[in-house]
Amino acid sequence: MAKYNVNLKINNIPITVEEGTTVLEAARKLNFRIPTLCQHPDLCVAGNCRVCVVEQKGAKTLVASCAMPVSEGMEIFTNSEKVRTARKHIIELLLSEHNTECTSCYKNGKCELQSLANEYLVNEKDFIKLVYDKKYTIDDFSPSIIKDDSKCIRCQRCVRTCTSMQYVSALAVAYKGEHQKISTFFEKPMNSVVCTNCGQCVNRCPTGALVEKNYIDQVWDAINDPEVHVVCQTAPAVRVGLGEDLGLTPGNRVTGKMVAALKRLGFDSVLDTDFTADLTILEEGTELLTRLKKALVEKDETIALPMMTSCSPGWIKFIEHKFSNLLPNLSTCKSPQQMFGALAKTFYAQKKGWRADKVVSVSIMPCTAKKYEANRPEMRDSGFKDVDYVLTTRELAMMIRQAGINFDELPEEKYDSIMGTSSGAAVIFGATGGVMEAALRTAYEIVTGREVPFKNLDIIPVRGFDGIKETTIKLENCKPEWGFLEGAELKCAIAHGLANANKLMSAVANGTVSYHFIEIMACPGGCLGGGGQPIPTNEEIRRKRMEAIYEEDANMPIRKSHENPEILQLYEEFLGKPNSHKAHELLHTHYTKRKRY
Amino acid sequence: MEKNRISKVDLIFENDGTLVNTVLDKVKKMNPDDIIMEMIDSGLKGRGGAGFPTGLKWKFTKAENSYDKYVVCNADEGEPGTFKDREILDRVPEKVFTGMAVAGYAIGARKGYMYLRAEYNFLLKGLIKKVEEFNKLLKDKGFDFNIEIRSGAGAYICGEESALFESIEGKRGEPRNKPPYPTVAGLFNKPTSINNVETLVYATVIMKYGAEKFKEMGTKDSRGSKVFSISGDTPNAGIYELELGMTVAAFVDEFGDGDTKAVQVGGASGICVPRKKFNDMIIGYEGVPTGGSMMLFNSSRSMYNVLKDYLEFFAEESCGQCTPCRVGCQQLLRGIEAVKKGEKDPSYLETLKKLAQTMKISAKCGLGQSVANPFISIVDNFREEIIY
Repeated sequence: MAKYNVNLKINNIPITVEEGTTVLEAARKLNFRIPTLCQHPDLCVAGNCRVCVVEQKGAKTLVASCAMPVSEGMEIFTNSEKVRTARKHIIELLLSEHNTECTSCYKNGKCELQSLANEYLVNEKDFIKLVYDKKYTIDDFSPSIIKDDSKCIRCQRCVRTCTSMQYVSALAVAYKGEHQKISTFFEKPMNSVVCTNCGQCVNRCPTGALVEKNYIDQVWDAINDPEVHVVCQTAPAVRVGLGEDLGLTPGNRVTGKMVAALKRLGFDSVLDTDFTADLTILEEGTELLTRLKKALVEKDETIALPMMTSCSPGWIKFIEHKFSNLLPNLSTCKSPQQMFGALAKTFYAQKKGWRADKVVSVSIMPCTAKKYEANRPEMRDSGFKDVDYVLTTRELAMMIRQAGINFDELPEEKYDSIMGTSSGAAVIFGATGGVMEAALRTAYEIVTGREVPFKNLDIIPVRGFDGIKETTIKLENCKPEWGFLEGAELKCAIAHGLANANKLMSAVANGTVSYHFIEIMACPGGCLGGGGQPIPTNEEIRRKRMEAIYEEDANMPIRKSHENPEILQLYEEFLGKPNSHKAHELLHTHYTKRKRY
Repeated sequence: MEKNRISKVDLIFENDGTLVNTVLDKVKKMNPDDIIMEMIDSGLKGRGGAGFPTGLKWKFTKAENSYDKYVVCNADEGEPGTFKDREILDRVPEKVFTGMAVAGYAIGARKGYMYLRAEYNFLLKGLIKKVEEFNKLLKDKGFDFNIEIRSGAGAYICGEESALFESIEGKRGEPRNKPPYPTVAGLFNKPTSINNVETLVYATVIMKYGAEKFKEMGTKDSRGSKVFSISGDTPNAGIYELELGMTVAAFVDEFGDGDTKAVQVGGASGICVPRKKFNDMIIGYEGVPTGGSMMLFNSSRSMYNVLKDYLEFFAEESCGQCTPCRVGCQQLLRGIEAVKKGEKDPSYLETLKKLAQTMKISAKCGLGQSVANPFISIVDNFREEIIY
């Protein structure tokens, strides 16, 4: 339906916008910035913080510009005396309820409330400090996320994220009036509820109420310990996000600078999770083909199809809670982080002649759920904790700043070897659809002996930010050993964001759809929009990161996982072949049924 | 009417065994537009307190193009000092149901919900029985309309119309952003006409007697009569149906105990009228509007305690979603306590009044917006009692 144009005036300046536009959006078009707190571009309108109030001529009350649609002839004032007084009052009220020990806050300097307080020169002494009477306790039971209610401003961004975007509902509003708070089920700690540790709430919290649990000091201690060898791995999406936290614009590829920075921080080996992403493709691709063979040739009805990817630990916890009957469908492959961890303390340590107990394995991830994953009891197949510490992209940026490194001026350096070489197929793991694309590049070639029939190997149908994507690849002229797949159509689906995952899983569980292979990423856009990536986040920023990921892929000399020479070497020297006994021991895992409550 | 005398009326509780049948049969023969015209003509305004013209509300809802529309009866009578709906629901529930059926017929709704406050659950069993009989009667008479009763869970905020919808929908009762208004997107996001219990009974009454008779009573801005819940320092506490338009002085003459120093008109969220203004204030939309609550205070009462009580109520009953209301209520409460204890200078009351003013214009819903009414009227008129 065609949209009408609406004429209005903001601060006496006429503007014409489409119907349905909010006053806030219209004001932005005229370059009038109206402060906001509860508003977030990824989330539905709340209209509850009220800092965005503006004056509408003829209205009895001020109106929340984020929630007010424009109307014909409307006259708005964004900076009248009435507005300024109300806005200042509202910020002061929030501060009276807020733990303002800013200097010791993890979000100091990056807090939206702090910036507003500064901008409006608030007088905190006007109102009585309420926060200290409320006896808040800090919930730091989760290995991923710390929840500090004394810093919460009840904007409900986290609640909307957790319910609408992620369909998890670990966080909800509880109680009313002065006792109102954001809480978990029966106020249980975050580690014993349905929280998937995805960290999307952390990405959207305007204050320090929800932050990642940081392990920066532990990592410094390890680096400073002359007795241990500190090995680090960097996930694909980190290299397209890190720059944002170090003064660069979104979409900058900083792989070489990041490697240089890590070496300057003092890591003994700077290696790449992309290496084990390639390894994942070989293990997971083989697993898929084996499952298909067992199901189609051996008619084994116990084989669960569609097979689903297992790289995203937030997704894993989600399915364990919500669709535990589908756990057999999950690939048994560990995530690239955990494959790397298991190899770091076995294969890599042996190569280097290090004792495994003297290796500290650190991973740099765009993710908060990876912190949880590293702590899962299954993840000790090397005989030790496979990954000792997980740092988010943000934590790495903080370490780089602490070390006084002028990031932008760094030379570009290369990863150490072995376990530092990777393919373009590995780097696209960082974007939704990437694992699928990488898997198809390899599986198609294994089965047919030819490259996937897409220009430049770019499988465009699996790319982009549609919530659920589908594609079908026809397998023709197969190699003799894969003859049973001749003419078969490989049906694939991809979802990102857990609300989309939920939709897709419901369809799978109901039997209304049928696929062979499904890729799920817990976060919007995939890992590039992960809970550990730089703040702020919105679709435009995520799109820039995605473009950078695909650029990175296009520029790689090797584009297919099975052509990574270090992977071939690993199999030859250590693992044997994909899905071998040793590979199973180190690289595969199992899952746990969890209750909803 | 004469402003300085009260005039008792007997319409709401009038004993008329044939009323339901008469009205339903009459309405069935009428054109929905004519019903709405009659309602607009009567000048009836919502009796829950906000005073929106009922006929217009119906007109707007009817004008919406939607297969599903709803009539909701707001029986979440939570305003402190108001207890008239309880009496209506106990004594003449069929008149409320009839009003809902009339509204449903007029706006084109096939479903009505009554949202009953949790504290009135003792009425629930009886109401369900009566509503079942009524639904059957409607069916027999050829009305495509039936009524369901939903129970609240005890939150004051759920009397706010959009929070009430959320609650019926099974969600946490928090007010929505407006626009859209209920007539456009109300219950289940469908056009909804939400009316107070008493309003719906008056709709029934107007359908029986016609707009003319209703209009004869009251004043230009406040037509008709209204049921008052009278409490406090009065020898005659109870429910009274009175013609609108009397002064507070006339009201106090009738119901006061001879020592009335203030009347809180409209419950905790209403305005406190001090003795010196009794003669000037008309009870109605031209003066002090009320949803029915009239609390009288004599000279033995501390207005500080009265205000503190109200603020404790609001600090607890705010839904907590918007900043001005959630934190503002707490600040007003702690603020007057601090002034009383001498921890804050009396001039702090001016800061608090400005804050109350901000709440009035910036809170998301009527709850937070109306806290300024008792606060400013009590602080202005009884400043000494607050400080000393």
